[in-house]
Amino acid sequence: MLEVRDIHKTYERRPLLQGVSFSVSTGETVCLLGASGSGKSTLLRIIAGLEQPDQGQVLWDGEDLAAIPVHYRRFGLMFQDYALFPHRSVAENVAFGLRMQGLPREEIRVRVLAALSQVDMESFAARRVTELSGGEQQRVALARALAPRPNLLMLDEPLGALDRTLRTQLLDELRKLLHHSGIPAIYVTHDQEEAFAIADRLVMLHDGRVEQDGSPLEVYARPASAWAARFLGFVNLLSGWVVSLDPLRVETPLGHWLVGDACSGADRSGKPVTLLIKPYGIVPAATRAECNYLEGIVQDVIFRGEDFRVDILAQGMEFQFFVDQPFQVGQMVRLNIDPQAVLCLD
Amino acid sequence: MTFGLRRRENGALGAVSQRAGLPVWLWAAPLLFLGLFFFYPLSAVLRLAGEAALAEGLKGAPWSRLGGALWFTFWQACVSTLLTLLAGLPAAFVFARYRFRGKRLLSALLTIPFILPTVVAAAGFNALLGPRGWLNGLLMSAFGLNYPPVRIINTVSAILLAHIFYNTSVVIRVVGSVWAQLDNRLEQAARSLGASSWRTFLEVTLPLLRPSVLAASLLVFLFDFTSFGVVLLLGGPRFTTLEVEIYLQTMQFLNLPFSGLLSVLQLACTLSITTLYLWLNRRQPVPLSPRLSPDGLWSVRRWRQRLLVGGVIVGITFLLLLPLVALALRSFLVISPEGDLSLTLAYYRELFINRRQTFFYVPPMVALRNSLAYGAATVTISLALGLLAASALNRRGRFERWMDAILMLPLGTSAVTLGLGFLVVFTRPPVDLRSSPWLVPIAHSLVALPFVVRTIQPVLASIPSALRQAAAVLGASPWRVRREIDWPIATRAALAGAIFSFTISLGEFGATSFLARPEYPTLPVAIFRFLAQPGDLNYGQAMAMASLLMFICGLSVLVIENIERK
Repeated sequence: MLEVRDIHKTYERRPLLQGVSFSVSTGETVCLLGASGSGKSTLLRIIAGLEQPDQGQVLWDGEDLAAIPVHYRRFGLMFQDYALFPHRSVAENVAFGLRMQGLPREEIRVRVLAALSQVDMESFAARRVTELSGGEQQRVALARALAPRPNLLMLDEPLGALDRTLRTQLLDELRKLLHHSGIPAIYVTHDQEEAFAIADRLVMLHDGRVEQDGSPLEVYARPASAWAARFLGFVNLLSGWVVSLDPLRVETPLGHWLVGDACSGADRSGKPVTLLIKPYGIVPAATRAECNYLEGIVQDVIFRGEDFRVDILAQGMEFQFFVDQPFQVGQMVRLNIDPQAVLCLD
Repeated sequence: MTFGLRRRENGALGAVSQRAGLPVWLWAAPLLFLGLFFFYPLSAVLRLAGEAALAEGLKGAPWSRLGGALWFTFWQACVSTLLTLLAGLPAAFVFARYRFRGKRLLSALLTIPFILPTVVAAAGFNALLGPRGWLNGLLMSAFGLNYPPVRIINTVSAILLAHIFYNTSVVIRVVGSVWAQLDNRLEQAARSLGASSWRTFLEVTLPLLRPSVLAASLLVFLFDFTSFGVVLLLGGPRFTTLEVEIYLQTMQFLNLPFSGLLSVLQLACTLSITTLYLWLNRRQPVPLSPRLSPDGLWSVRRWRQRLLVGGVIVGITFLLLLPLVALALRSFLVISPEGDLSLTLAYYRELFINRRQTFFYVPPMVALRNSLAYGAATVTISLALGLLAASALNRRGRFERWMDAILMLPLGTSAVTLGLGFLVVFTRPPVDLRSSPWLVPIAHSLVALPFVVRTIQPVLASIPSALRQAAAVLGASPWRVRREIDWPIATRAALAGAIFSFTISLGEFGATSFLARPEYPTLPVAIFRFLAQPGDLNYGQAMAMASLLMFICGLSVLVIENIERK
């Protein structure tokens, strides 16, 4: 379906995108995840045809779209702050794309109502868009983007402007709607929770490149890099270097660590690596162990409903773990960590 | 009345809306117009003054009149500005901080002076306080007097009062909007740190308001400085400002060189005031963070608050409404020599009749017809040029910033100077337009053009590029985007600009008094003539014409408000 190939884009003489490639297949929702300023929105605009890449191609069913202007691409784009036409009513906004296709009036009317009922806004058809609340505007913008049945729907931080409760609710509806409609979608966000909730596949952008591309499960189970791990909310990162390969053993300032999950790639002997210690699977230790051992002072204990988050300071480094039983603040703890909970990143 | 520009920065993301190249063809017509009808007459006035200064012709110039006019112009402008601030600042405070019943109605009232012709205001004050006015009429019939006891017309007080009438709204608008935007948590913070309410005002509020107070003062000073109709109609022969002196020297003493000299002096003064105003307005040193919640408005509770808010409501209503109501009522009223009052439609009936069977006096209805025709022509010219200029201004660059300033120049030039310039240049070859009916609407268009541009341009600029892009993504071609997005949104602003321009043309008095040929007077010119004539009938007809003018202008305001609300 959609294939984005080696896109380069410079913005104000700074490289913004440096060879981004990914694809979206039929019915799939792909989440572009990255920090603000990572070029996500620019990438969307390039796909939509609103901007030209310096280099690279956007292909649809194998055909290069470079020569096809925005208004012939039949991609839907939902703008960050919705860009509803203030001089038109809700229904007229939704009808816009259909009118551009030159459909007969009666069909437009029917499809506008259908699109509005998809987002539960039929009763608002005659309203002015300036009278709508943020959540209502979001729904109308979605209906407007969906009504012409675009080949691809792109959503640029569609929930960014809304408050938290509304976000959770709309996120759910959006997810159902995308999956029901079967329209392939690209969803841009900087919020990993949102991304996990809605994506069939995550594409993480960092420094103008795709850092990682995979299903939410894969990405969470195995972040591709220290940056990806940090961006996904992991805290426990340790740098060290490989001392032996089978089993994989890494030397760090906090002793030696056995890694259950082998590094991908070839020989890493003596190479610097980063260890990610998943926040689960710690066992209190009776004595000092030879490896996979952490000794520190409990800084803070935070109740999270199901379990507790424990912040531990070990040799000046912060670690976070989730445990069933609370620890005492100020307590000295010794922990053994399951090698299966230790990952080796590049 | 402050035509501040807040631009939305499109940045590089507005790629689709950016069209390359200098829009030369957009600029051609507005530039040609300004060059021919603004810079050319103005340069002629300058040359006139220069030649006069070099030649012997000024030996017998009435230098004492110049000194007197200059002194009086500054003096009355200073006093008027001070009084206006005194009246406007408390009102600005009340509007910014209190919630009270009738607030919206009162804000609507405040738009009156922006659109009311000076001739109408002068007639209104005359109807209220003049020797044939309400106050004197009532006093005379109450006490059986055979002379009007209140003599305020043809004194400085009348001039000052009319200036307060006109400019209090400016102070309320300019200062009040900034005051309402002040984050009142700043004041709360000061109070919580131990400052008294007075101390808080002195140390927190006032310093934050200072730029806006300065800006408002300068604007008011500029309006007072260039005041023409008010001084001519309410001040009488004893008081002449520079503007009035130019008029008298040109029209009565036919001393064109001296008029030129006065105009140059006037131009130098107004340009320095305008420059100072723009310079002060440019630096807004304190970033004003908008208030987060609208519940910052106070409701009126204690008796001191009642006194303040009540005083402002009553004061504004009296100041703004009383002259207008007096005018409308006076146009239906006959005061017999015995002091008896009775109602009549005679003045309106007389509007269709030419009592003086002379060539130079036309029935007042013809003046109305002239005014409407000139108004229509002004709308056509200023709207066409304004639309071109506004679209051209919409791409921002160094060139556009310069053009923006140049387009605003006629605002800082007095209408009387403009009128003189037209008279000097266009009543002799090579461009003899003396008998052309276009001279008046062209002058009106010059005055109206800055307003039209300032009405349309911000609307065009404020269309977010995302709207155009959204339309494009939904399948609209670039041409279709213009038709579906830009034009419908700009149409409303254009309509408002058109009505604005129409009312400006209807009320314009300064330039018209130079240019209107005797047999083709406009309504304001006719009102001026009839007011200057003796007799109750002439006075009543002036009142009737002024009421008509007021009615048309009021209607226009209503239409504009309706357009803007939609």
